[in-house]
Parts: sequence; C-alpha cells; structure tokens
Amino acid sequence: MDSTLATPHPHETVLHAEHEHVVLPQHRHHFETEEQQREAGSFGMWLFLLTEIMFFGGMFFAYLLYRNWYYPAFAVASNQLSVPLGAVNTAVLISSGFCMAIGVWAAEVRKRGVLVVMLILTTFFGLIFLGVKADEYHEKYELHHIPGSSFSTSMFVNPAAYGIKEEPLSPDMAQKTQIFFFLYFAMTGMHALHMIIGIVLLFWLTWRAHRGDFSAGYVAPIENFGLYWHFVDIVWLFLFPLLYLINRHPLH
Amino acid sequence: MSAAIGNTILSLPDQATAQIPKRNYINNEHGLLSWLLTGDHKRIAILYLISITFFFFIGGAFAGLIRLELLTPQPDLVAADTYNKFFTMHGIIMIFLFLVPSVPATLGNFLIPIMLGAKDLAFPKINLLSWYLYMIGGTLTLAALVLGGVDTGWTFTTPLSTHYLNTHVITAATAIFIAGFSSIFTGLNFIVTIHRMRCPGMTWFRMPLFVWAHYAASLLMVLGTPVLAIALVLVALERLFGIGVFDPTKGGDPLLFQHLFWFYSHPAVYIMILPGMGVISEVISTFSRKRVFGYTAVAFSSVAIALFGFFVWEHHMFIMGVSNYSALVFSLLTMLVAVPSAIKIFNWAFTLQKGSITFETPMLYAFGFMGLFTIGGLTGVFLGSLGMDIHLTETYFIVAHFHFVMVGGMLMAFLAGVHFWWPKMTGRMYPESLSKLAAVTTFIGFNLTFLPQFILGYLGMPRRYHAYPPEFQVLNVLSTAGATVLGIGYMLPMLYLAWSLKYGAIAGDNPWQATGLEWQIQSPPLTENFLETPIMDHEAYDYEWLTNKTKKEVTTVG
Repeated sequence: MDSTLATPHPHETVLHAEHEHVVLPQHRHHFETEEQQREAGSFGMWLFLLTEIMFFGGMFFAYLLYRNWYYPAFAVASNQLSVPLGAVNTAVLISSGFCMAIGVWAAEVRKRGVLVVMLILTTFFGLIFLGVKADEYHEKYELHHIPGSSFSTSMFVNPAAYGIKEEPLSPDMAQKTQIFFFLYFAMTGMHALHMIIGIVLLFWLTWRAHRGDFSAGYVAPIENFGLYWHFVDIVWLFLFPLLYLINRHPLH
Repeated sequence: MSAAIGNTILSLPDQATAQIPKRNYINNEHGLLSWLLTGDHKRIAILYLISITFFFFIGGAFAGLIRLELLTPQPDLVAADTYNKFFTMHGIIMIFLFLVPSVPATLGNFLIPIMLGAKDLAFPKINLLSWYLYMIGGTLTLAALVLGGVDTGWTFTTPLSTHYLNTHVITAATAIFIAGFSSIFTGLNFIVTIHRMRCPGMTWFRMPLFVWAHYAASLLMVLGTPVLAIALVLVALERLFGIGVFDPTKGGDPLLFQHLFWFYSHPAVYIMILPGMGVISEVISTFSRKRVFGYTAVAFSSVAIALFGFFVWEHHMFIMGVSNYSALVFSLLTMLVAVPSAIKIFNWAFTLQKGSITFETPMLYAFGFMGLFTIGGLTGVFLGSLGMDIHLTETYFIVAHFHFVMVGGMLMAFLAGVHFWWPKMTGRMYPESLSKLAAVTTFIGFNLTFLPQFILGYLGMPRRYHAYPPEFQVLNVLSTAGATVLGIGYMLPMLYLAWSLKYGAIAGDNPWQATGLEWQIQSPPLTENFLETPIMDHEAYDYEWLTNKTKKEVTTVG
C-alpha cells in the first residue's frame, strides 16, 4: 500500500507505533489493519460465489438428469437455438469481462479515467448481451416455445411442415422439449437476472469511480465486483456449450 | 438448594458493593433506532434472541394444538385440512425460524468475535442485513399463516405442493427463500471471521470448541442453503407457470425435488445440532473443571459431521423408488455419520471422568442433552438401516426420533447456552433454584411427550393424521400430558429470565470461573469488546492458567 495519500489513524499509530501502519478513510474500526479488511472482503466474496455455484448447481443437476432421460427431445430442441447469436453473445460477454479486468488493473494503478471508461465499456457490452438475449427470447415467444399453457410441440412432431430438417419426434417425446425449454429459460433467465443486478451495481460503481472513490488505494469494491462479474461470465461459458452446442450434429 | 446437590463453582461479587459496569454495549447508545441500525454483533444477537423466542412460542402453540387434537382418537377439535396446516406451520416455524438460527444467530453472534479476540464479525452490516432478512422471512410466514395457512408439510413435497394444494405455498416458499439468505449471510460472516479475525496467538487449535462447531455448521449453511433456494424457486415457477419440471405427467421427476430439497434439508439437521454441540463442549468443560478430553478429536468430529452430512440425503427417500444399490451406499454413509457424533458423546463422558463436577443449571441441561441426543442419534441408526426404515418411516417413530435430536438435543443445548452465558450477556444472574426446577421439568416433560411416540410409531401409527385407532389412545394421552409439562418447562425460563433483567444478582466478570476469553472481560461487555487486542498465550480450557491469572490479580490488588 502506498502510504503517501493515506492518513494514519491517530490511536492506531499509538498502539502499533512499532509497525509502519497506515489506515485509509474506508478502514472499518473492527479490523486491525487495512490488509485484514481487504482480505476479509475478498474471502467473503469468494464464499458468496461458492453459494452461487451451489445455486446454479441445482439447475445443472436437473439438466443432467433430463438430458439423459429425454435425449432425442433435448437434441432437437437445442438445435432450435441460434448458434451464431449464442457465439456473438459469448464474444460480447468475454469482451465485457476483459474490460472489467482492465478496470480492476486501472483501479490498482490509480488511473481514474481508464477505470471509468472501462466500467462504462463493461456496462455497454453487458447491455448488448442482454439485448441479444431479449431478441432470442422474443423469437422463442413467436414460435410458442415458452413453456406453459401456450407451448406448442407441433414443430417437433411435424418438422417438415416448418421446413426444418429434423427427424420427427413422437408426440410423447415432443412434449419433453418443454422441459428443455424450461431449463433453457430458467438457466439463462437466472443468468440474465445476475447480469441485471451486476449492471445496476456497475452504474453505482461508475458514479463512485467518477467521484474518485477508487483512486486513492481503496479498490476493494472494484476487485470484489470484478470477481462477481467474472463469475457471471463463467456461468455463461458453461451454459453456452450445454444449451447450444452439445447436441449439435450436422444436418442431413 | 445448592448444598443439597453439591458444591457450586458460582462465585458472585459482593452484592452490597457490586454494580453493572457504567459503560457497556447495552447502554452505549439509547433509543430504538440505535438498536435497529446497530452494527454491533452483541446487539444483533439480542435482536435475534427476542425474535426467535417470539417465533418459538408461536411454533410451540401449534405443537400444543396438535397434541390437543391427538388427545382423542376422533377428529373432534379441527378438520383434517386445518390439522395439516397446524403441523405445517409448526414445522416451518420451528425449523426455519427457530432451530436454524437458534444458537448460531444468538449465542454464536454474541460470542464468536469475543472468543476469537476480535472487535466484531467481519461484516457487521451484512450481519444486520441477515437479521432484517430473517424478519422479512418471519413476517411472510406469519402472512401465509394469517391469510389461511399452508398445508404441504414443511417439506413442500411435489407434486402435492405444485398441483394438488391451493394454499399459500408461494408465500411460505418466498419466506423460506429469504430466511435462507439470512442463514447464508450468518454462515459466511462466521467463516470469514474465523479465518481472518483471530487475535494474535489464537491458532486454530486454541479456538474454543464452540467456534469449531460453528465453523462446521457455517460450511453447511453456505453450501447447502442455496440448493434449497433453487428447489423452492423451481416449485414456485412450476406453480405459477404450470411448467413440468417436477410433474410426471409432463415428463418431470418428483424425485428430483426430493434430491434437491434433502440435499439442503439433511445437512440442515447438522446446521441445527452442531452449534448446540459447541455449547455442550463449553458447559461440560466448565462444570467439570477439566480441559475437554480429546480436544482435537472433538474439533475434527464437527468437521467430519459436516462433511459426511452432505452425503446421506437419500436416506429420506428409501421408500420412494430409488435404486437399491444407491440405497445401500446411502445406508452405509448414514451409519458413518453416527461415528463422529459418538466421538463427541464419548469425549464429553471422558471429560466428566475424574472431573470436579458441579450441577448448576447449564450442566443439568447439558446432561439432558447427552442422554436425549444419544437416544435420538441411535434411533437414527435404526432408521438408516434399510429394512427397519421401510417399517418405521412415516410413522411416529420418525417424529420421536427427530424430536429427540432437535428438541431433546438442540433445545436443551440452546437453553444450556442461554443460562450459561446469560450473566455475560446481561450482567445479571438468573434465579438458580427456579432454573433448576425448569431444567428438570423440561427433561421430565420431554420424555413423557416423546418416549410414547417411539412405541406408537413402532406399533404403526402414521404421522400427519388427525385421527387414529382407539387402541393408541393411552400412549397419545401420555404424550399430550407430557407436552403440557414441557410447555411449562419452556414458559418458566422466559419468565424468570425476564425477571432477572432487573432483579437478578450482579454476576461480575466471571461467575463460573471459566477460561474462555469472553469471561475475562466485563459483563455485559463493552461495545468494542476489548480495550486492547488480547493476546492468546495458552490453550483453550486451561484452568491452571486461570488459577495463576486470578492469583496474580489478587496480588496486584493487594
């Protein structure tokens, strides 16, 4: 830690005069040192991400089970997802994560301007991702592929009528495509919800970064948010192959 | 009274001159807002204590109504669906709003930072947030109750909860979802605090076993609760949109819900019992004046319980058509969990051996715990055996088994802990004779309530019915009579503890002559706990260190 910008806390200096001890304004009273506070914060964030993994894990478990049970339905239904849109979104999200990583670096080396630009870019790419996702959802809505009362299996029972080169499914198996689409919406929807929360936080962090809160050596919020944002990226990096790619086979 | 039972280690300051310390966490700030917006772990613990006591008595009222209905074989007090709502509300309130937060959120919150020599938990604001989430969860539960109740049972079994019942399932599920986050945040706070906030010299193996037990329970909270959350989200989505993830007619699998639900809810049993075990370790050591026998074994057995606890969930589903081979594996794993639990019981027993045992109230509750938890644990091994389970599952044997563990075990431990640390939390003693009476009443009432239920279950009386064949009446009457005694046993502490807040004897810093760091500071503690950061230079439960320290203090004063 750079000590020039920070002011030492009076009573701390008395107690720990033998250490070279620096206290930032954000230092909370119950931590012995700023280092301890920073470590505790990032450790807490990692634990929180662990709970997130368990949360998504429940849905991955359901996906595993039903994919094994209803393989034909999952194969045909996943072919209805657009690989180009998914791939574009993957690239967009990785760019967003890259900007976030640069942003963390910028905060650490105290480049306020770079940090603000990077946070704005992170938000921008995040919004593009959500826009593409919304377009994909809209297409599913038009095709009656949203699970529930309006769900239609006709495309899977009689693919030829829709101009789709797929083996027709029995009506019973075609019904199971609804489970695929439910998992698709639940998993990508939960992921999108995490992104929306992240973008709200990004607006707040950008405003604080602009104010100069993170340009004096206090970077814990940026670092911890970075962890969260990368976690959301990584979830997508699992969702994309599982939902879009894994059942792909060359069209006959 | 104390002379009749034996000596006491209780040493109170001279009541004529003693007074509560001028400055402490209770009178540091004034006004309701200073409590509602506090970051102080001790004040948050008190907020939790008040709220969980409130919910305990609501849950208890439902237990009373259930026992009243079962007094006679005929369904004469309430209709079947009302009875279903009674046991559902009893279960939801007692498990999610009382047992899960009971010891961790109150005693754990109050004591863990002090035991580690820290000024507060790592994240005071998240700690306060967790109380608010708990209160929102509690309020929603009460809303579900007032709006007409829920009748799925606390297990939300699908497809019952998703297709066949039209009560306030979503309200109750939301309540539990939110209360779950309160539990996640408590666990997260504890883990980070234990890793990062220990004072100089406080190595892992110098921590009190109370802290070890909370560490293990926190791991379960952090890893298990999110899975419950997603299971409840899926139930809510299925109800709201009619999608078929758990609905067999649409290709869904109701067993998947069971897997997800019990992946949390079995470890949740250990979330409930582990902190109680931590309390018992402290109490047994203090009142037998000995270091806990096999400290390391007891510490690691907590972690082992947490670890094994994650791999036994399928034993709740033995009769639900799971594969025989996986049932065999889960049966074996279930029995393995009994090993670390037994390690604890044996080590406590060896701690007592040749100790200078005294019989103060916390110790009476701890003895109650040891006996009742052993019975509860051993009947758990019966239920883990595949053949026995098919006969006993869904009968009153199950009900008796988990009440022995949860009420006989955890509630006894909770009361042991509340009495043990009451002088630390409030600065005043509870009335000794009355509290001993309460401990004995609770023990008698408990056994009278739940021992007959083992027999009822073995004879085949199913759980969750509001009527039963007349030949079961005698045992049911005994059980209801016991519940009345038990109710008195729980009312007493609430009354005399409230009384003691004003009229109790001044306790002084260390009334029990205990070794923990929390006993070396004033009672009630300062907001910042310690004037200067303590340095831990001895092992936990080192009574020689305490004797030397006391001698030195006397010399200094003299």
